Amino acid sequence: MNALLDFVARIGRIVLGACLQSGRLTVFAIEGVSHVFRPPFYGRSFLRAMLEIGYLSLPVVALTAVFTGMVLALQSSTGLSRFAADSAVASLVVLSVTRELGPVLAGLMVAGRVGAAMAAEIGTMRVTDQIDALTTLSTNPMKYLVAPRLLAGLIALPLLVMVADILGVLGGFIIGVVKLGFNSGIYLNNTLDFVRTDDVVSGLVKASVFGFLISLMGCFHGYNSKGGAQGVGAATTSAVVAASVLILAFDYVLTELFFAR
Amino acid sequence: MSEIAVPKIRIRGLTKRFGDKLVLDGIDLDVMPRTSTVVIGGSGSGKSVLLKCVLGLIEPDEGVIEIDGTDVLKLDRSEREERRAQIGMLFQNGALFDSLPVWENVAFGLLARRMVGRAKAREQAVEVLAQVGLAASVGDLWPAELSGGMQKRVGLARAIAARPDVLFFDEPTTGLDPIMGAVIDGLIVDCVKNLGSTAIAITHDMLSARRIGDRAAMLYHGRIVWQGPATDLMASGNEMVDQFTHGRREGPIQMELRK
Repeated sequence: MNALLDFVARIGRIVLGACLQSGRLTVFAIEGVSHVFRPPFYGRSFLRAMLEIGYLSLPVVALTAVFTGMVLALQSSTGLSRFAADSAVASLVVLSVTRELGPVLAGLMVAGRVGAAMAAEIGTMRVTDQIDALTTLSTNPMKYLVAPRLLAGLIALPLLVMVADILGVLGGFIIGVVKLGFNSGIYLNNTLDFVRTDDVVSGLVKASVFGFLISLMGCFHGYNSKGGAQGVGAATTSAVVAASVLILAFDYVLTELFFAR
Repeated sequence: MSEIAVPKIRIRGLTKRFGDKLVLDGIDLDVMPRTSTVVIGGSGSGKSVLLKCVLGLIEPDEGVIEIDGTDVLKLDRSEREERRAQIGMLFQNGALFDSLPVWENVAFGLLARRMVGRAKAREQAVEVLAQVGLAASVGDLWPAELSGGMQKRVGLARAIAARPDVLFFDEPTTGLDPIMGAVIDGLIVDCVKNLGSTAIAITHDMLSARRIGDRAAMLYHGRIVWQGPATDLMASGNEMVDQFTHGRREGPIQMELRK
């Protein structure tokens, strides 16, 4: 009986803890977003975050996109050839990349690179009193540290995904033409004929949401880290795991919103 | 008729708990204008929490904190931010911003409050760095390139850059060799004197306490158990203060090895 009660109590604690954390996260997000619209604005912090999230993530996102497009073309060719539908390779690659793989894989790569860096930087600032120092210098840490990163995440990831879309399609094109023997003109025609504006736009909207979530998780876990180096390490792990899971969950929700009939 | 001296900082009944642990238990403390008060006490006695409450970084459960007669706990957020502009703080580990060069660290408060442009802020930062004995070239270095003593000096420069009325020092000499400790103490005394500021320092370095402080108070288990002139610290007549200042194992203060 006691063991059962202990088990129920443990479950209860976990549920209450999750509710508490969700509440804190919501309040944190609302406060962070509210500072995006209220002066003073920290342009340098925003530009630095844009550079960190956007420009410095370009190589990893570009490589991921090219290889994803290549693998997609190769895999779809072997699968579709069973149904004598090889000609659909180009359209399958462009749809998969623009709607799903571009934003999701770019999001996951950026979550690993930038989400971790944000949590580590802000977490270190927390445990070394730098955040308290900001407050004593009449600077609101939410406004200086969090708001610019949230805005940068929202803007930078769609820009990255635009590049990822182009390079993903290029990867598919290279394999399609060089390895699978498609005519380059026909491959391009199939790609451009099949893709619609809403395929690309839905991917970019997803990217915006993912970018916001990555920044939010990085800032939230870093801002609330405790206990020195170990605490910062834990915050970094939590930021990456939470951002990755949320990206996949929101991908489903947004896909349902955009494309469910 | 003689004027009644009004404290610059007046603390009454300040209480703070973290869960079951009572960290501050009804602190009463007056700090007179243009004087320095040193708060001593062992690790975990509540010194840092007291300072953070006065700074507004921690919200106390009960009590009154008045600066210039205004209860800062009753101010709204923007009024508190305005009030903080008159306060400078030197953190124990410097708490310099890693992502900014030294000059921007020093000028951060000036830039944040849009008091001056970047060029002027840089000029002022160089001037303040000179006041703490650092060359202009140090302004272009990054905090990670500085020694512990230099980091303290830069932290001090940042604290005094906006010429605050009130200065707080959290363990200013911790981690420094005795000579550098004396240098930092000397700079603190000079800065407080030159600015005409009121200062509170927390420390467990007795030499530093006597060098910096006009008055001293001892905190034990969240209560002030003694206060008096800093010159009396080594012969206070209070058993707790005597045990602490002379570093004796035996006495009324028992180390809590396990909680």
